[in-house]
Amino acid sequence: MTQPVPPERTTSPGSVVLRCENVVKVYGDVPVLHGVDVTVREHEVVALIGASGSGKSTLLRCAGLLETVDDGQIWLDGEDITDPRVDPDQVRRRFGVVFQAYNLFPHMSVVDNITLAPRIVHGIAPAAARDEAMALLERIGLTDKADSYPDKLSGGQQQRAAIARAIAVRPRALLLDEVTSALDPELVGEVLSLVRELATQGLTILMATHEMGFAKQVADTVCFLDQGVILESGPPSQVLGAPVEARTRQFLTRIVDAGRL
Amino acid sequence: MTTGPSAVELDRRAYRLSRARRSTLGALASTLVFALLAYLTITNAPGWPRVRATFFDLEIARESVRPVLAGLWVNLQVLLIGAALVAVLGLGIALLRTLRGPIFTPLRIVSTIYVDIFRGIPLIVVLYLVGFGVPALRLEGVPTSGFVLGTAAVVLTYSAYVAEVFRAGIESVHPSQVAAARSLGLSHRQTTRLVVLPQAVRTVTPPLLNDFVALQKDVGLISVLTVTDAVRASQIIVGQTFNFTPYVLAGLLFVLLAVPSARLADHFTVRALRRQQGGSR
Repeated sequence: MTQPVPPERTTSPGSVVLRCENVVKVYGDVPVLHGVDVTVREHEVVALIGASGSGKSTLLRCAGLLETVDDGQIWLDGEDITDPRVDPDQVRRRFGVVFQAYNLFPHMSVVDNITLAPRIVHGIAPAAARDEAMALLERIGLTDKADSYPDKLSGGQQQRAAIARAIAVRPRALLLDEVTSALDPELVGEVLSLVRELATQGLTILMATHEMGFAKQVADTVCFLDQGVILESGPPSQVLGAPVEARTRQFLTRIVDAGRL
Repeated sequence: MTTGPSAVELDRRAYRLSRARRSTLGALASTLVFALLAYLTITNAPGWPRVRATFFDLEIARESVRPVLAGLWVNLQVLLIGAALVAVLGLGIALLRTLRGPIFTPLRIVSTIYVDIFRGIPLIVVLYLVGFGVPALRLEGVPTSGFVLGTAAVVLTYSAYVAEVFRAGIESVHPSQVAAARSLGLSHRQTTRLVVLPQAVRTVTPPLLNDFVALQKDVGLISVLTVTDAVRASQIIVGQTFNFTPYVLAGLLFVLLAVPSARLADHFTVRALRRQQGGSR
């Protein structure tokens, strides 16, 4: 892809891209998020970890405006996107979202999946959109699958195509919702290495993940979510290596026991 | 979270509420304007006085309420008996069509031909054939009443449609469900009864209710067999008064009958949809 050459990752903090402040989300009577604060800076990778049902996915869905928050605010580039006066479509086109179950459109070929938003939403000419999509596909090694339909692809290939679809619109931030959870173990690697590559290129990423080893490698910040609040956050070496909170230690012990770290 | 919503959230709620109010008012206004325009267009039409006298005569409507309602009771009986028979017969035919194995080939063929024929013939033709053809055979013990034969004709036609709906439902159940049931040692029949059908019926409830609503008005067609149903009762009064108001009245009563079923169908459709999408959060 012909994206402007991304700056090298630096240790100095960039400007804030995404900021969640005191986010509250309730489903019926069940409070899922209890007042969550997360900040994602430019070129930064923030990993949300925590048990199933801890609210990781919900937070991502709130940020991507796929859910309405019940309190608190979320800013994208300094704009309060939870303000009902803001056009949500305008906000959503600035995010790239990748789902756990890929969610490719089954009635479209891979390349059509990728060019859909550039053509329809961003008004890019079909030929140009296709060229860019082909360049993307070459980068992720799926050139020969461009005109295949999703059901002809393996899970890993589908998820890589879904990631290509998400970054084809050059989003300000990428929201990754447990992108490897639905994959067979031997297919996890190819997807993770693609995400790693995107991170190295400087994409701003907020991701929910169960892959602790991956979070340790790639994330700049790890946030441990427990019962709808962020119990602990910091660099991976601290949160995953020397957690302060008892619940974090408990969670990590269970992961280690399951042979996942 | 005992502190209650923040000022920002309260402001958002107030804004959403005002937007909701505004769109409600807009809907109300556009509905009123539309209704007014429709009313003015119709009442200013050159033939309106004539139409009003012929189709909307309140005096005649009042006089025909009783006989038309009595006729509607006949329709209701045909509907309820018919719907029950259609459900049983339709399911039976659907099951025959899904039977596997060479022994069942004749049954499969017969049920396929049945569905092809009765989905193809207009209901009114079936009514004539059954209602007038069967009595003409003058067989011993075969009923000749228009009520019975009319119901039979309606059941024959609708069973063909409903069988196809059931079949679609049965085929929509994922093969992995059958595999799971068979792996537990359930026989084909037990699998069908305990695993496939419950899921199939749930899926096809909305389209079935839609067929029920259609059946509700089609029972009015048995009037061609001189059964004194709502339509036939109206026809008799029309013959005496040369005024069409009773037809309008009968039509209105059929609509009133259909509204609850239609709402029920909507309700089930929404629920089925929600269940299908459940868990995708």
